[in-house]
Amino acid sequence: MTEKPHLIVIGNGMAGCRAVEEILARDAGKFRIAIFGAEPRVNYNRIMLSPLLAGEKSFDDIVINDQAWYDDNGIALVSGDPVVAIDRKIQTVTARSGRVESYDKLILATGSDPFIIPVPGHDLQGVVTFRDMDDVGSMLRAADAGGDAVVIGGGLLGLEAAHGLSLRGLKVTVLHIMPTLMERQLDEAAGWLLKEALEGRGQTILTGADTAEIYGQGKVEGVRLKDGRDIPASLVVMAVGIRPNVKLARAADLAIGRGIHVDDHLVTSDANILAVGECVEHNGSVYGLVAPLWDMCRSLADGLVATPNGYTGSVTSTKLKVSGIDVFSAGDFSGGEGCEDIVMRDASRGVYKRVIVKDDRVIGAVLYGDTGDGNWYFDLLKRQEDVSDIRDALIFGQAFASGGGASANPNAAVAAMADDAEICGCNGVSKGKVVAAITGGAVTLDAVRAGCKASASCGSCTGLVESLLAVTLGDEFAGTRDVPTVCKCTSFTHEDVRRNIVEKGLKAIPQVMQELHWTTPDGCASCRPALNYYLLCAWPGEFVDDNQSRFVNERMHANIQKDGTYSVVPRMWGGVTNPKELRAIADVAEKFGARMVKVTGGQRLDIFGIKKEDLPAVWADLNAAGMVSGHAYAKALRTVKTCVGSEWCRFGTQDSTGLGIKTEQMTWGSFMPHKFKIAVSGCPRNCAEATIKDFGVICVDSGYELSVGGNGGIKLRGTDFLCKVATEQEALDYCAAFIQLYREEARYLDRTAPWVERVGMDYIKARIVEDDVGREALRSRFLFSQSFMQDDPWAKRAAGEDEKLHQHMAEIRPLVMA
Amino acid sequence: MGPVDQLPALGARTLPVRGGDEIAIFHTANGDVYALVNKCPHKAGPLSQGIVHDTTVTCPLHNWRISLVTGKALGADEGCVPVIPVKIDGGRILIGRAEALASVG
Repeated sequence: MTEKPHLIVIGNGMAGCRAVEEILARDAGKFRIAIFGAEPRVNYNRIMLSPLLAGEKSFDDIVINDQAWYDDNGIALVSGDPVVAIDRKIQTVTARSGRVESYDKLILATGSDPFIIPVPGHDLQGVVTFRDMDDVGSMLRAADAGGDAVVIGGGLLGLEAAHGLSLRGLKVTVLHIMPTLMERQLDEAAGWLLKEALEGRGQTILTGADTAEIYGQGKVEGVRLKDGRDIPASLVVMAVGIRPNVKLARAADLAIGRGIHVDDHLVTSDANILAVGECVEHNGSVYGLVAPLWDMCRSLADGLVATPNGYTGSVTSTKLKVSGIDVFSAGDFSGGEGCEDIVMRDASRGVYKRVIVKDDRVIGAVLYGDTGDGNWYFDLLKRQEDVSDIRDALIFGQAFASGGGASANPNAAVAAMADDAEICGCNGVSKGKVVAAITGGAVTLDAVRAGCKASASCGSCTGLVESLLAVTLGDEFAGTRDVPTVCKCTSFTHEDVRRNIVEKGLKAIPQVMQELHWTTPDGCASCRPALNYYLLCAWPGEFVDDNQSRFVNERMHANIQKDGTYSVVPRMWGGVTNPKELRAIADVAEKFGARMVKVTGGQRLDIFGIKKEDLPAVWADLNAAGMVSGHAYAKALRTVKTCVGSEWCRFGTQDSTGLGIKTEQMTWGSFMPHKFKIAVSGCPRNCAEATIKDFGVICVDSGYELSVGGNGGIKLRGTDFLCKVATEQEALDYCAAFIQLYREEARYLDRTAPWVERVGMDYIKARIVEDDVGREALRSRFLFSQSFMQDDPWAKRAAGEDEKLHQHMAEIRPLVMA
Repeated sequence: MGPVDQLPALGARTLPVRGGDEIAIFHTANGDVYALVNKCPHKAGPLSQGIVHDTTVTCPLHNWRISLVTGKALGADEGCVPVIPVKIDGGRILIGRAEALASVG
């Protein structure tokens, strides 16, 4: 009888043993098998290390194959003795102990190694990875000793390690270099929700955190970030990623890319050597998840033992194994050409779902909070099933989409709802009550809101109420309301959004998008600047401005011109300047090759043709001459135009220049829904053209006539008279109050003119002139906000803030031919 | 070209090409990187200065929306800007040399 061929497996982990299981299942008698493992243990489930660390499981719970399995199948297990060399010519492997075995077939299942960031201190005692039982042991010992832990890496593995450590009683800080957690699996919105949830559990999550060094005397004492922050810790877990372990394969001269190259039957460049699992590269892909590994092992066994059935790559899905936080992601969620995003946000349940459809097929899904349908989406994705029939209900999940109740007509779905079904969650209003209100005469949305409170709070059920109006009234329904929504990403109006930001205490753009059910993952060029402004206005001093949601002019603090260069306008208070400032402007114009210097309509000097990369130096020079940004680029107070007034003019009644300067000093730096201009004229001849400004003052002998809502733009509009006041201080107070009312109530990109026309002068007068207490409250809110806003954006940039925004990343040069 | 973390999230940076058209390199919310010639097909606006959302950039000059994937103008507008292929290798950005130099006369 001839001896059976000898199969050696290098790697006693999940891939190696699974490959053996698959082979045994097809033909248990074909090979004599030996498995070499580096760890002194039987085969265990590595993905269960997290629950093990968290104390939710014990080692026995995570063993896949115990010693009896090896014995029963006649497998020789050589554990704790790693293979150190392969000789392909004579087909042998050599272990560290010196043991040599020959093989007929060899399977490499060497897995991967955790990636260590080579920062100073990475080799200190107390720095561990999260890869095997020994790592868990070190972490548990550290947990027993107490103290703080830092986990570097906010990916799947890092968050699971952090979860385990915090359950073990450590105070955990997670450092993640990217702006959002798990960015490879989750989109920004889901990553943000995850961060909130983890912070709610007491973890500190620092995103955009770049580790500079790990410090300590012999033992870890803390981590220092590149921005100078310092986090004390007695344990540092590096969980920044893994890389295929190809050491042996490389030494044996097998073909290697990012991993060991294999064909569709998992055969390497040597026909007698196969490879499987995280150490391989198949068709350009390397996998770090468990599902592809099962697919590979099946194909490997098929190829080796039975009918070849090639491996064609895997589609992967991920779940986070952190108890109580449900996160699921599968396929491609990066969107792109031809992709449609279907997004559902249910803020009250903390649910976010996003399904990406391309050519009527699901290509990706991200679920947060409710992952019940994850497998269903994953199945649709893998089978590439045509979903055009169920598209309308796809996002609601399997039960709804396949229940047949859903139809393309939302009204039909609403009509099918039970009478006691809840329509408005905020006010607990059922469908029956809404219908009763409608049949009782409330035939418009506003009437329904007034009558039964449905849709009167957060407004997210507005669509449902409108459907009910349509269903109940039939042809008599006047149609949906015509108040514009912020943009196509939402069904909320500007007013709804502003009200909700204040009422619900929303303080970040992703939070607003989640709470108000935005239908796009990160908004668009219309809504993001609007939300940024609304948050800035609602939470002065608290909201951190989101630079990437600002239009380029505000990001660069200069005006972009048609050739891509910029123009710069320094502030000249009240339109007054002096030789020193003029000299600085002239010097800047010369030094940086400005192509034109022009007097603007608002009595300032505009320096044209400045290159983006020169802007910080231009500002530094202007700052040095005592000048600050004129905000000529911003939706903000631009200029206060003046005439010379009583100081020089033979008709002037008051010091219009002086009042203009005071007004500008009070209002500069304030962001507004749109650009805002003020003028002060010294007499009714109105040389400063105050009656076409957003806020105008005409000085008269007996005091100051104030008027508002003027616009010299496309549609010329004269101001409406607000009131007359006696003193300069009153003129300033009314101005501050009016600006604050406009800031708080107008829609983003509404100038004062359309806003005043919409709300009416009676309303403005009631708020500013007739309500002394209200006016004072508006004024003080404005001044409070100004206490944060009046710092010169140029000064910060000239000092080096966001320097990269102005620099090229690199230069590309053609090769010079000799 | 440099490490990905040198790109602001939802932002862009520029790469001048000696003798050719400048390239804009974009970073989306989920960390993907795309590159286009830094010239809107409409009036040559610097796309690098636009607002990035999803896989689209809105030109800062006249609000044309350009696909970062195909370089095509979206919506009612028509036009196309050359796309430069991008690859991320070990956290570093690599771009297609031939495409980047295509405009060099």
